Amino acid sequence: MKGLRWLPLPALIWFGLFIAVPLLLVFVVSFATRGTYGGVEWTWTFDNYIKIFSSSYVLIFFESIKLATVTTVGCAVIGVFVAWAMATATPSRRYLYLCLLALPFLTNLIIRIYALRVFLGYEGPVQSVLTMLGIPFDPFAFSQGQSLVLYGMITTYLPFMIFPLYGAFEKFDFNLVEAAQDLGAGPWKCLFSVILPNLKRPLINGSVLVFIPAMGEYVIPDLLGGAKTMLFGNLITERFLKSRDWPQGAALSVLLIAVLLLVVFISMRTERKGE
Amino acid sequence: MSNERQRPSAPKSASIILHIVLAMLYLPIIVMLLGAVIQRVDGAWQFTFHWINEVVTDAHLMDALLNSMIVALAASLLSTVVGTLGALAAVKSSKTLRDMLAGMSLISLIFPEIVFALALLSWFFLLHVPLGLPTVIIAHVSFSLSYVMMTVGARLATLDKSFEDAGRDLGASEWQILKSVTIPLLKPAVVGGFILSFLLSFDDFLITYFVNGVGTDTLPIKLYSAMKMGISPKLNALSSIMFLISLIAMIFFFRSASFRVLFENNGGPQNGKDE
Repeated sequence: MKGLRWLPLPALIWFGLFIAVPLLLVFVVSFATRGTYGGVEWTWTFDNYIKIFSSSYVLIFFESIKLATVTTVGCAVIGVFVAWAMATATPSRRYLYLCLLALPFLTNLIIRIYALRVFLGYEGPVQSVLTMLGIPFDPFAFSQGQSLVLYGMITTYLPFMIFPLYGAFEKFDFNLVEAAQDLGAGPWKCLFSVILPNLKRPLINGSVLVFIPAMGEYVIPDLLGGAKTMLFGNLITERFLKSRDWPQGAALSVLLIAVLLLVVFISMRTERKGE
Repeated sequence: MSNERQRPSAPKSASIILHIVLAMLYLPIIVMLLGAVIQRVDGAWQFTFHWINEVVTDAHLMDALLNSMIVALAASLLSTVVGTLGALAAVKSSKTLRDMLAGMSLISLIFPEIVFALALLSWFFLLHVPLGLPTVIIAHVSFSLSYVMMTVGARLATLDKSFEDAGRDLGASEWQILKSVTIPLLKPAVVGGFILSFLLSFDDFLITYFVNGVGTDTLPIKLYSAMKMGISPKLNALSSIMFLISLIAMIFFFRSASFRVLFENNGGPQNGKDE
């Protein structure tokens, strides 16, 4: 190791300077006061936190938790079936499916939302088909709204759930399923009594990976939700960029971080208990 | 995989769900791509390059493309160098340093983007750093660093130590071993990490949105503001071009061996927290 002692330095300095210090700064700013023209004045106060619990922020906060939870559960239910189907396909198909699911995960979210709006929008294929079939529908519901946000969230975060589940299926001993089948178990019985008990950990991991970004999501509700859907990520952004009330925005972020750390902490504890 | 013989297949419904998910992910994108090159003239569908041409000759959009390219190349080069050194340091250093590096990269993987975005914004503000391309590049390095460390780290973990030992027996210094043995062996993972960070940077919206200065819009920012006005064939063309650029980078990524290492052996794209 002589002569290579500097090796960790670049990464440590970068992490320190551009991740650790800025995050600590958010914490510090959250106790400061808003300047008259935006910006920050270093007068210490708890007001920013008190304000969170005495205003509509709390409602937005719980609304976000609800949406993130529904997204997580939706991803988990769909994810189990998708990963199961993937893992039992032929090996070459398995790799194809893996690539096909990773591809959207690596393309621009804005592009995917744009494509979704083209797809569902006015004169788009979905509305055209519905009109052709004579099925009545509300065109407005296809341009923005809560269900559209949920659709966007689930399709966006599904890969985070599928990959850990698929990884677990790859290591899963399918002899167990065969044994269960020989003993007369149907597919549902196999799923609930044989497969799911072995998927606890990847399900928890996947849920954390979905819940955390879903909680802080800004783009999807902003572009698909319309004016009525305000979520926590939008609230923080609005405070920071539009009202320029940084201390308030920082306090809201600290609350967000606290909740997310709690989620990670709980998931780690349940993991340890499972052993 | 140990049990590579026939796995008992999942029920038909699982496979149907898999294909519905794929359709939900891909149909909008296909419609968008078609919308860029096909238009309806007098009731007949016609192929056209008109909209692509509109985008390519739009000076503002081309400036944004140039900005996106500069940012993505600079950010991915920097994060590849720093991240590779970090991953190497993580295996070669003392336990404290290793834990510090692992903790740091964990933080940047699990914290939502929005928190970093506003943390970095506050930090730049405090340091009086003017917002512009350099701040965007710094921010992009901060979030792609962990992905590089993860990709390279996954490869390092499977690396046969005897090559390095052979070098040591032949009297090479640690630096020579690193330069002529370890790094060449890591090349596929380093290339994979580079492409991955290029993709993440080229596609990033939220962090750029926060730390971006006036007049240095990247393509996703342009698309976001244009999309607020609604959809149009020109935007179809713009999104399609962006999508194809990411797709090309992605094909390189899928072909690099690092993809399999990341997604198959590790059980998930962000599975660092298991270790």
